Amino acid sequence: MNAPAPCLIHNGEPVALSRVPRLSWADFRETVLQACEREGRVAALFGQPLSDDTLRLWAVLAHDDTGQLQLGYTEVGDAYPSLTPACPQTHWFEREIAEQWGVKPEGHPWLKPLRFHPSHRSGKDAWDRAAEVAIEPCVTDFFRVEGDEIHEVAVGPVHAGIIEPGHFRFQCHGEHVFHLEIALGYQHRGIERALVGGPNGRTLPYMETLAGDTTIGHTLAYCEAVEALARCSVPARAQVLRTVALELERLANHTGDLGALANDVGYQPTASFCGRIRGDFLNMTALLCGNRFGRGFVRPGGVLFDLEESRRADLLQRLTAAAADTANAVNLLWNTSSVRARFENTGWLSRDHALALGLVGVAARASGVERDVRAQFPSGHYRFAQIHVSGDAAGNVFARAYVRWQEIQRSLAFLQEQLRHLPATPLQTTPGALATESVVVTLSEGWRGEICHVVLTDPAGRWAHYKVVDPSFHNWMGLALALRDQQISDFPLCNKSFNLSYCGHDL
Amino acid sequence: MNLLSLIPPVLALILSPLLLGVINRVKARFAGRRGPPLLQVYYDLAKLLRKGAVYSRTTTWVFRAGPVVGLAAVLTALCLMPLGGVPALWKFPGDFILLTGLLGLMRFAMVGAALDTGSSFEGMGASREVWISALAEPALLVALATLARQAQELSLTRICAALSEQHWLHTGPVLALVVVALGLVLLAENARIPVDDPNTHLELTMIHEVMVLDHGGPDFAFILYGAALKLWLFAALVTGMVIPAGSLSPWPNLVAGLGGVFLVAIGVGVVESVMARLRLLIVPQLLVGAGALAATAFLLGLK
Repeated sequence: MNAPAPCLIHNGEPVALSRVPRLSWADFRETVLQACEREGRVAALFGQPLSDDTLRLWAVLAHDDTGQLQLGYTEVGDAYPSLTPACPQTHWFEREIAEQWGVKPEGHPWLKPLRFHPSHRSGKDAWDRAAEVAIEPCVTDFFRVEGDEIHEVAVGPVHAGIIEPGHFRFQCHGEHVFHLEIALGYQHRGIERALVGGPNGRTLPYMETLAGDTTIGHTLAYCEAVEALARCSVPARAQVLRTVALELERLANHTGDLGALANDVGYQPTASFCGRIRGDFLNMTALLCGNRFGRGFVRPGGVLFDLEESRRADLLQRLTAAAADTANAVNLLWNTSSVRARFENTGWLSRDHALALGLVGVAARASGVERDVRAQFPSGHYRFAQIHVSGDAAGNVFARAYVRWQEIQRSLAFLQEQLRHLPATPLQTTPGALATESVVVTLSEGWRGEICHVVLTDPAGRWAHYKVVDPSFHNWMGLALALRDQQISDFPLCNKSFNLSYCGHDL
Repeated sequence: MNLLSLIPPVLALILSPLLLGVINRVKARFAGRRGPPLLQVYYDLAKLLRKGAVYSRTTTWVFRAGPVVGLAAVLTALCLMPLGGVPALWKFPGDFILLTGLLGLMRFAMVGAALDTGSSFEGMGASREVWISALAEPALLVALATLARQAQELSLTRICAALSEQHWLHTGPVLALVVVALGLVLLAENARIPVDDPNTHLELTMIHEVMVLDHGGPDFAFILYGAALKLWLFAALVTGMVIPAGSLSPWPNLVAGLGGVFLVAIGVGVVESVMARLRLLIVPQLLVGAGALAATAFLLGLK
């Protein structure tokens, strides 16, 4: 049996649909499993409806060692044998496919709805629910541990803090957590479906609010996809400014997270200092483009705002001041033994689990998995200016906090280096018509981790299908596993150390 | 009954919410913030007292009785506590055992009210509260017994009056151990860091706060006020044994006692600012440690 030659592409490299091999089910399965065995991972696995009976299953496999992305698809009917038992990474993806298109992954060990919406194909439902039955969010069979002394604690969707809605079910014995099940979907807006037929006037606002705290990350992935399909090259100055915005987003969020972690263990000084410094970083983004979250800055073809000399100097000066403040505030954490006692030995996730679940971003790097799109799948200015991959092998809350601190320091040094000299080029080019019947995959390293956009165009050059994978999509299961055999009172701390997005997951 | 004895309870009634304000101000200063007004707790109490209360249909009279019984218990306990050389309103041999009993009654009422809601959060908080107080209470009793033994007296007023600088000179280590043990019990009983975090919004980590989630309006005002009075009670106890009562004339003595109470509040604020909260499983070790310190002090005091 000869499988067709694999279709290997780079981040942001468009390829005609005709060049992507159509695999038989056996080859498709083999391709996915082989990639996962070699520490590769599933960057995206999704269904594209071809007709009422046929669903095209796409797989985007990322090979961190070679920096290549492998594309392949196969076609399935109403059911297919599940990949999850052999490859746990696909667990969440297969639930998504089942829910969206009513296709059953047979033998899936944990087949439950993910976002609690009706199937996108009328008359098809993976759970054979009648069409007129209303689907309530998070009304599902939760895993239960039985026993006299077992109790169940349900948290959410309304939380005590100002955060997004999500539901958490704990199976506990006293303070000890046996199992945590996370049910999301309250933030489902149907963005992927709304994007089909685009790009249009709504596309960019959607991208900027896919996950509100990752505006630059998602918009960048989108813009790079458009630019790749239009074969347009972005001026160097715009590329540098984009990385500046992306790193500022990372700095603001990482600093905020460290403050929030301090707050969760009741350590006030770092909590309040970091809260303020996060605002400083947000204000730097506002200095760059007039919006604290970077909305309206990155556009296909370039960026909308320049950083002229006076503001460049101002930004550099503010960065220097913020760097000193951050070091002061964050080093308090590492020098306070009671804080370290809380962070260490809490929320442990092994490297094996991180690999098996296909974790990305800070959570993966903190479990000793070296994964960073900026280093392994660089695009834009990261091709010329490298950032060292941060990491820690401990896999606990401390490691996730410490990786953030490493990244803060590296991002600060990177920005100070890049801002010293900006290339003198225009800010924008106009992307032309998009390539028709093509596919492009763009990855960008948002502050949470790998953001993956897969865009398929139709014969008119419009979006035939748009797939977004937020890092949270990979990582929510990691949080659930990290909480096994932990204390229930440590959940908020573990949760904050992952700090995943609800709307980025729910889309 | 000495009219002067009305002074300590009246001062406690008026000034105890200020203690919380002082703690918050100290914490804010450490964190580089300006912090809420010193009188914020008074404003909160006034606001809560004007509000109505909402009662869940699953609750019974147990839920409503909780805050009232709790406040009544702590008010009664206040009448047993001397301050700055002024004798307590009531004093009789063994009154310190009644004091711990009244604190136990306050807790029992709160735990009963929490369990009455049937909420998994409140049940969790009640279980933690009982678990922690089961360890804090022996430490408190042994510490008080040690003091009684040292002072050769059996009522709080007489104990505080009998303790003098001579005791600190001759059996300083014993008293120092008791102060540390009482300090730890104070932090635990008043739901302060490192045992509990009064500022957290995270139900899963709370101990005291989670038990009162369902209380609102005047009921919650009673709970807040009761907590302030309880803090005052412990601060007065620690002050009473640290500042020798017999050495000063009455009025400076009272001022010193009052100052001591606020110094304790500042101390609590400092502790909360320089350390994180302990992991819940470590808390019993801390309290068993407090009990061990108190027991050691007791044995040392036997000679």
